[in-house]
Amino acid sequence: MTEQHTTETVGADPGRVADPAFDYLLGLGDDALIYAQRLGEWLTHAPQIEEDMALGNVALDLIGQARALLTHAGEVEGPDPVRDEDDLAMLRHEREFRNVQLVEQPRGDFAHEMARLLWFSTYQRALYSALLTSTDETLAGVAAKAVKEVDYHRDHATQWVLRLGDGTEESHDRMQAALVAVHPYVAELGEDHGAARWAAEHGVGVLPSSLIDAVNASVAGVLEQATLSMPDAPRWHARGGRAGVHSEVMGYLLAEMQHLHRSHPGARW
Amino acid sequence: MSSGSWPLWEVFVRARRGLSHVHAGSLHAPDREMALRNARDVYTRRQEGVSIWVVASEDITASSPDERDSFFDPAADKVYRHPTFYDVPEDVEYL
Repeated sequence: MTEQHTTETVGADPGRVADPAFDYLLGLGDDALIYAQRLGEWLTHAPQIEEDMALGNVALDLIGQARALLTHAGEVEGPDPVRDEDDLAMLRHEREFRNVQLVEQPRGDFAHEMARLLWFSTYQRALYSALLTSTDETLAGVAAKAVKEVDYHRDHATQWVLRLGDGTEESHDRMQAALVAVHPYVAELGEDHGAARWAAEHGVGVLPSSLIDAVNASVAGVLEQATLSMPDAPRWHARGGRAGVHSEVMGYLLAEMQHLHRSHPGARW
Repeated sequence: MSSGSWPLWEVFVRARRGLSHVHAGSLHAPDREMALRNARDVYTRRQEGVSIWVVASEDITASSPDERDSFFDPAADKVYRHPTFYDVPEDVEYL
């Protein structure tokens, strides 16, 4: 990192003019892309090969959403020249990514992943349901396809949280510890940022703050059924992802995700 | 968790409306609900089906290869069990 970490540069994209329409779509696409990258790490590491398949399927659904959203973001950003999905995924730097810090966190153990997947898929379900009526027809179309996918992701996470929470003493304690660890990253999902305010005003998108209470209530319902408890409000919570401020792990994630494309531009197989 | 700790399930998939469920394979899962979800992820990810049944493998009682002779061979020479064995008289209606 060669950027200066002064208050003036925090959140700034070097060399690019801020465009809320572009930024809003990047936020949606980057959440899906970065979480897919993390979920892909479970292949060969899940408790069973069947779970490898399940998490791989979830990751592929998210890759599909990211492709559509980033392609559309590139079109919205406009010519000179139009950046396609690969340009945006593989050639942006860390500070240009707009995902929340929740999705970039290391995968932890299986309970951590189910806690994250439950919260994130519940949020995505609320988000895509609201985007069905977006004035951006492409975005509404992506949402219509994605809402069915994330509904299943949420069901999968719910099933596991129920079983781990209401399972053995050890599985219960580890599931509860996972919720406590993930919880500080949840609030960022509900924080309004400049691009979201613009999108909500123009009927393109929705204010994150209008979604988060219902998301937390839905998760709380699952936790209660699973004999788990919603963690207390954290003393610290993540923020800044929508402005390009990420945690240390993000650089390593991007290095792994982008190195092939950067080493061999346009590589195909 | 060791791979031997989850029971085995048999998966039956119906490819489309009007067809029967056909055995697609087997998988491991901790319980029947998870078996159904695993079956969805393993056996229908390329639009192979519109309906899935899962059955605990231990609940299936299967014929044994040792019993093949006594079970199946006696049917080989019973041609009269096929409708084609019979000539239908021309003046029989509604047949």
